[in-house]
Amino acid sequence: MPLPFEQPIDDLQAKIDDMRQFAEDQNIDISQEVTVLEERLVKLKQETFQNITRWQRVQVARAAGRPTALDYIQSMMPNFSELHGDRTLGDDPAIIAGIGRFAGRTVVMIAQQKGRDTKENIHRNFGMAHPSGYRKAMRMFDLADKFSLPVITLIDTSGAYPGIKAEEQGQAWVIAESIRRMGALKVPVLSVVIGEGGSGGALAIGVANRVLILENAIYSVISPESCAAILWRDSAEAEKAAEALKLTAKDLLEFGVVDGVIDEPAGGAHRDPKAMIRKLELVLEQELNTLSTLGSEELLQQRQTRFRNIGYFEDAIQDMQQEEISETDDTAEVEKLAEVVNKKADKAKQKATESKAAG
Amino acid sequence: MALERWFRRKRATKSDDDSGPAGLWLKCDGCGKQIYRKDLIANYHLCPECGHHYRMPALDRVNFLADAGTFVQWSGEIQSQDPLSFVDTESYPSRLKRSQEKQKRPDAIITGAASLGGEPVALAVMDFQFAGGSMGSVVGEEITRAAEQAAAEDRSFITVTASGGARMQEGALSLMQMAKTILALENLAKHRLPFISVLTDPTTGGVTASFSTLGDIIVAEPDALIGFAGQRVIKQTIKQDLPEGFQKAEFLLEKGMLDDVIPRDRLKSRLIQFVRLLRNKEPIHAPAL
Repeated sequence: MPLPFEQPIDDLQAKIDDMRQFAEDQNIDISQEVTVLEERLVKLKQETFQNITRWQRVQVARAAGRPTALDYIQSMMPNFSELHGDRTLGDDPAIIAGIGRFAGRTVVMIAQQKGRDTKENIHRNFGMAHPSGYRKAMRMFDLADKFSLPVITLIDTSGAYPGIKAEEQGQAWVIAESIRRMGALKVPVLSVVIGEGGSGGALAIGVANRVLILENAIYSVISPESCAAILWRDSAEAEKAAEALKLTAKDLLEFGVVDGVIDEPAGGAHRDPKAMIRKLELVLEQELNTLSTLGSEELLQQRQTRFRNIGYFEDAIQDMQQEEISETDDTAEVEKLAEVVNKKADKAKQKATESKAAG
Repeated sequence: MALERWFRRKRATKSDDDSGPAGLWLKCDGCGKQIYRKDLIANYHLCPECGHHYRMPALDRVNFLADAGTFVQWSGEIQSQDPLSFVDTESYPSRLKRSQEKQKRPDAIITGAASLGGEPVALAVMDFQFAGGSMGSVVGEEITRAAEQAAAEDRSFITVTASGGARMQEGALSLMQMAKTILALENLAKHRLPFISVLTDPTTGGVTASFSTLGDIIVAEPDALIGFAGQRVIKQTIKQDLPEGFQKAEFLLEKGMLDDVIPRDRLKSRLIQFVRLLRNKEPIHAPAL
């Protein structure tokens, strides 16, 4: 199912396919015409995706057919060994973890996996991890440090799961702990937001030396729907919220939240998953080669400095910096007010008596 | 202070601050008795009748914890920009300005140095009355700076949180403050300085999922709401009612998420003991309050 704004792309694609079929059936050569149309198709895709709104970008980030973490892993690491379980609570299928060879070295891979169909979506809890998933990730961090293996994480979640069990098992606690332990890793760490980077649940595996994002992926403090429900009191205003939240790859690069944007094939990753996977593979190899030249102390320092420097603020206006510890005596104020009230009451009483007397 | 704020009709809420009921008298949310506001304030925002915990304004909290005359403020020199040019039903700068005028500080936090029973500490107290105590770039930076300063001055670190979570109006920049504050406290940990986290009502979202749950010791005030996701969101997701006492301090203590739940009248003396014990000193006989 194409997204509404993609309809012209699909229409043109259908036309080209029809022509090809027709030419084949009639045994005529129209390759020149097809080439012209194909060029137009590429241009149309580019133009469409250059101009889509942030809300449309959110829809692309969530689009069916977009390569999921497992699609990348299976292609990038053919001998990937998935490792299960957190050794405490169970195994969370929303987070895939394991080891494998990539670009000539063993790497630890941690990834959030949304389903590619309904059945997998239910199994994976739509990529929304429980505390167990983050505990598994932390186990992988230890493994990486012990054997000096670089860590790659693929982020794709609408957020950590908001449920009763999740809260009871300390969802907030494990996210904080995962951030802490990832920040303390002594090995190269790369994170890529491949689809949806949903809040703390995404950041929990996103404390990297280099944080990258795919062109049509998003990364946000809150989903546009929830933000709209809170600020506009209507989740139907998600489009406005998406606009306000500035959650696209381009926005985030500008704010220094991400370090690089990885271009997607024309028309988005979902139109050419193979090309997207190849592209990411190349970028990750390059990035890993660069990071591998750094020592463990440098890596740690670089990662800490990277996050230390994020934020926008300015000098406060002087007159606001009043002495915080003053005798802000609420008690005195209340008494003063009580006095005012009493006086008013007295006056009213007096008036009433006077008018009675007059009457 | 505007008069109408004092005489505005009372609304049912947990707070005795100006976001809540006003008037000289209020009916206690805990025991239902009429209490005189003056008595409530004098009693550290605890109901004089039943001990019900009302939210304590940030400044009162600082005065309550710090030994008299020892607090030296660090925060307040920076204020938020509006990097996203964020507008919802109102622009972010306009919302911010209202909070600043109301609370007389640039953002939702007070940090500084103090003595606590003679122990050198750094305090970071969040102000829930300022934009719901939300954490954006400024709160993140203030906590980070306070942790750095605490390390430089060999002070134990005490945070008192009250927050709805990350500040939406600064988008992913707010999200990143979670990592920033955590890494700052990780550096403090290298100095082997105690970090005690006090969770007060309410502490949720991005503040729960960051520095506040990484204390060497984590305690909460009675009945405080503490959680990752909002209750409305959870209800919508699971489509069933939430168990009794869900996300309350006592519930979390039972689940193993807190070291203790400490009533406010014993909080200061317990904090002093924690800090002293962790720094390998004899506990002192500190009077309650």
